Amino acid sequence: MIPAPFAYTRPSTIEEALQAIADGGEDVKVLAGGQSLIPVMRLRLAAPETLVDLTRVAELRGVREDGDMLVIGAMTTHADVLTDPLLAQYGQLIVQATETVADRQVRRRGTFGGALAHADPAGDLPAVALALDAEFVLAGPGGRRTVPATDFFVDYLTTALDEGELLVEIRVPKLGEGWGVRYEKFNRVAQAWSIVAVAAAVRREDGRIAEARIGLTNMGPTPLRASATEAALVGVDVSMETVTAAAAQAAEGTSPSNDLNAQADYRQHLAQVLTRRAVAAAVGL
Amino acid sequence: MTAVEDPTSAVDLPPAKEVGQARRRKEDARLITGKTTWTDNMVLPGMLHLAVLRSPVAHGRITHLDVSAAKERPNVVAVYTGADFAEEQGSLPCAWPVTPEMVNPGHPSIAVEQVNHVGEAVAIVVARSRTAAADALEAIDVDYEPLPVVLDMEQAVQEGSPLVHDHTSSNTSYHFVFDAGEAGTGGDTEQAFADAEVTVSRRFVQQRLIPAFMEPRSVVVQPSGDSYTMWSATQIPHILRVMAAMVTGIPEHKLRVIAPDVGGGFGGKLQVNPEEILCLLIARRLGKPVKWTETRGESLMTAHHGRDQVQFIDVAADRDGTVRGLRVRLLADMGAYLRLITPGVPALGAFMFPGIYKFPAYRFECDGVFTNKVPTDAYRGAGRPEATFAIERIMDELAVELGMDPLELRRKNWINTEEFPFTTVAGLEYDSGDYHQATEQALELLGYDELRAEQKRRRDSNDPVQLGIGFSTFTEMCGLAPSRVLGSLAFGAGGWEQASIRMLPTGKVEVVTGSTPHGQGHETAWSQIVADELGVPFEDVEVLHGDTAISSRGLDTYGSRSLVVGGTAVVKAAEKVVEKARVIAAHLLEANADDLEFTGGKFTVRGTPGAGVGIQEVALAIFAAHDYPEGIEPSIDAEATFDPENFSFPHGTHICAMEIDTETGFAKIRKYACVDDVGTIVNPLIVEGQVHGGLAQGIAQAMYEEAIYDAEGNLTTGSFVDYLVPAASDLPHFDTGNTVHVATSNPLGAKGVGEAGCIASTPAVVNAALDAVRHLGVTDIRMPLTPERVWRAIHGGGDGGDRAAQGSNAYGGARTTESGIQEAQQ
Ligand SMILES: Cc1cc2nc3c(=O)[nH]c(=O)nc-3n(C[C@H](O)[C@H](O)[C@H](O)COP(=O)(O)OP(=O)(O)OC[C@H]3O[C@@H](n4cnc5c(N)ncnc54)[C@H](O)[C@@H]3O)c2cc1C
Repeated sequence: MIPAPFAYTRPSTIEEALQAIADGGEDVKVLAGGQSLIPVMRLRLAAPETLVDLTRVAELRGVREDGDMLVIGAMTTHADVLTDPLLAQYGQLIVQATETVADRQVRRRGTFGGALAHADPAGDLPAVALALDAEFVLAGPGGRRTVPATDFFVDYLTTALDEGELLVEIRVPKLGEGWGVRYEKFNRVAQAWSIVAVAAAVRREDGRIAEARIGLTNMGPTPLRASATEAALVGVDVSMETVTAAAAQAAEGTSPSNDLNAQADYRQHLAQVLTRRAVAAAVGL
Repeated sequence: MTAVEDPTSAVDLPPAKEVGQARRRKEDARLITGKTTWTDNMVLPGMLHLAVLRSPVAHGRITHLDVSAAKERPNVVAVYTGADFAEEQGSLPCAWPVTPEMVNPGHPSIAVEQVNHVGEAVAIVVARSRTAAADALEAIDVDYEPLPVVLDMEQAVQEGSPLVHDHTSSNTSYHFVFDAGEAGTGGDTEQAFADAEVTVSRRFVQQRLIPAFMEPRSVVVQPSGDSYTMWSATQIPHILRVMAAMVTGIPEHKLRVIAPDVGGGFGGKLQVNPEEILCLLIARRLGKPVKWTETRGESLMTAHHGRDQVQFIDVAADRDGTVRGLRVRLLADMGAYLRLITPGVPALGAFMFPGIYKFPAYRFECDGVFTNKVPTDAYRGAGRPEATFAIERIMDELAVELGMDPLELRRKNWINTEEFPFTTVAGLEYDSGDYHQATEQALELLGYDELRAEQKRRRDSNDPVQLGIGFSTFTEMCGLAPSRVLGSLAFGAGGWEQASIRMLPTGKVEVVTGSTPHGQGHETAWSQIVADELGVPFEDVEVLHGDTAISSRGLDTYGSRSLVVGGTAVVKAAEKVVEKARVIAAHLLEANADDLEFTGGKFTVRGTPGAGVGIQEVALAIFAAHDYPEGIEPSIDAEATFDPENFSFPHGTHICAMEIDTETGFAKIRKYACVDDVGTIVNPLIVEGQVHGGLAQGIAQAMYEEAIYDAEGNLTTGSFVDYLVPAASDLPHFDTGNTVHVATSNPLGAKGVGEAGCIASTPAVVNAALDAVRHLGVTDIRMPLTPERVWRAIHGGGDGGDRAAQGSNAYGGARTTESGIQEAQQ
């Protein structure tokens, strides 16, 4: 529970941070809220040579509008997310999922960007970002690039972030009129990671479902979309029958793990039940 | 001011009684803010820090161990291995040889040639800082030759199983039997079963639990000349001192043990830890103060665990529900070694399996079994939760078999209030109580009829969320313990407790207790008792404890004994103080001692209004000692030792209403009501707190906690991510109540409340879950009731436990529902 020795720097701009990463030696780690990184360092599962602490990089923190998009700074904390007026209006799915993350203390330090960069399949925010087709803005020594969510999550704890790159901000579409959302999380105790969770955003038009975005948490090494269910929902009347029928396909193409909390087949069953509940709630059933 | 208001008579009114008041705990401000001395806060000049290298294999021979590189690391002072202490470390003590034949393989503090569980110490770094010590561990080079790992008790007891200790002839440490027929406390059990109209047999699994106290263990040892002072986060400074002296050869009078404020224990700090012995040995060798503080990971992995039994229970009854006999056979997992009371925990439970019921025949057998896991030992309730679970679960199973209401069956068989004192088939004399009254009150608190009606509605409408109601009408034995009884059970010590009272010149009072608190609130409760006994203000009492140099005699805190035994010693000491003060007061008042009355802290002369002297004034007078009677010592201090003649028997009715989401298997407590009879209540707030905490832990066993080892013997629940301890948000509101039937074995009338909630709640929760889904064909669900297990039990049959943790210690085969004693004996 005592980390190995490491060097520490605390830059105050993105430029400085990129420089610090470049100068940091063989094994540099970016420190955001530290709520995932510090535990693995304390268990000595990670022993970086240098930590570059981003908490003083003010330009990485906060939420702004950009036309139809919301732009969320990587260092925006979970607690910021819960009190942000723009997110309250256009980002309810993110807010709902963030409410289920850990406890007050962790939410006070943990960040939106850190949670996405960490890419834990049991984390609640990657599936939300995927469901929203978020865009990830990355900055590196060679400049900036934007990566769509489908390409960002590569594998278990692995993202498209290259060595030396920083996640700067995340762009998500505003969900306004007509959209209903629900983050349905299943865990054993209130402050635990998801065993399975479902992020649903559904747009209704004239009593029918016009668009459905469903992200699955912890149903594989990366967050997944319930594509078959999404397709089955488009154009149907809003009813418990149609939702139930579509949700029955939620586990298609998933490859969840076996662990102490759940075997894979049980997770697949949960995905169907939770998808039904999430979609039903999102459409107001 | 009117004539009737006589100020002098108002002043003379005795203060309101302290006992019974819901005083806020005087120790809480410093405990909660942490502004106090926890052992890890201790900093001594020149103090060195220890870090322990622990075995990553569950069973193996150490074939190579090279610490030379670690010795070269910065700030490292020394590195030791088992070989360095092989000659002087002796064996950690086991104080409870439950049978004369019990096999104790011995328990080195640090492994010498072989490791027998993951986490066993193999090397120790001593460094100038904690971090330097931790860093140097990485430089130690060690190889193990793996040996076959023994994890499953039912396999371990089979002929031909690999052995945990190859110098023993089997993995069975002992076979303990209590047979009521042989003991003369009941009839012939085999005959009762042969004659029975109905028998029901079940196999229950008591999963392994981790005490998970808040403050990790910590030890500091300071050598000074040929003497040693040890600070330890322990429940048992007095027992630790004796035991550590015997293990290390340090003379007892050269060893002082201090338990400063201690952050919880739940039995988990009722131990003589390997690291306590190692700190002494290293401090002796280096002549320097040393400190060891565990990490949370070390704590979960190496501090002793609790529970871990496979229980085979048979009950025999008439068709009308009258119980005829009870048969219990246990396999109890000792882990790799016998620690302080490892073997005694299941044996202590032996006497509680009959519960509150009038069984005419009873037989109990238990095998203590070695496996390659960390040893088990005391954990809140220690033997009694296991017994209560088994009897309260099997009563429900019998009710189902007979088609009877579970409460009706209980009423038919429980001891009625007019039958107290009642000697049970296990030979215990229950003191007092009223099971009927507690049950009626609990039903009321729960809103029983309305919930039963809702349950029916949900059944009829096939609601995906089903409702169930479960009972536990429990009793337990508290107030450990009458010394002679402990002697008859071969326990290595007595069960008395000691207290002394020192009257300071200013009238303030120091109470020294041998019962060492670790969060219970002794300081408040003892102050309330003494305030009443001596008639002094609550604020004038200070309670001292936990230091063998201050409180020289004591047997510490466990088994809900503190108030019942330790509190009684305080009462007895206070009575002596009053008697000694009476003689002096009589002298000062120039009256006959027999003519003095003592109320509200004041001695007055019967029939002589106005003449009086307060006990606090007597304290000053005798401090000056200018004027006191001939022939007596100039002191009113006193001490007393109390050895109870019987246990006390708290009881209560706990009712849980449980919702089960049949689609996901998620279980949620809808309502929880309990009425406990803990005898006299000294402080209702403390009692309520103890009940709440106990409920949290008992519910946690039913629903959340399980220490799981993988097939190689690694603890997979090695952090709080995987070992699920519920938080307040996971627990329901508790509706609590009390009935009061005073204990007859102590003058306070208190019965003990430290373990009640934990002992009672677990079966109520499981019974409730089963009641919710029994109509769906479920007959048992393995603890903890994980959503997956509940879901599998509903949709796949069995108890849901078979697939949840294959190849681990979670007892793979789902045989819970069919097997009985015959199968166990195969
Ligand atoms: C007790 C506890 C319970 C938790 N429960 C949940 C839960 O229920 N649900 C949930 O979703 N999460 C949970 N978490 C995790 C929490 O959400 C973390 O905050 C999050 O996973 C990581 O965010 P962080 O800001 O702390 O990142 P850090 O721990 O600082 O970093 C995590 C990783 O991301 C990298 N990183 C961080 N920021 C950037 C960046 N801008 N650019 C590039 N790389 C970066 C780091 O180098 C590191 O590898 C829990 C954590 C704890 C301690």
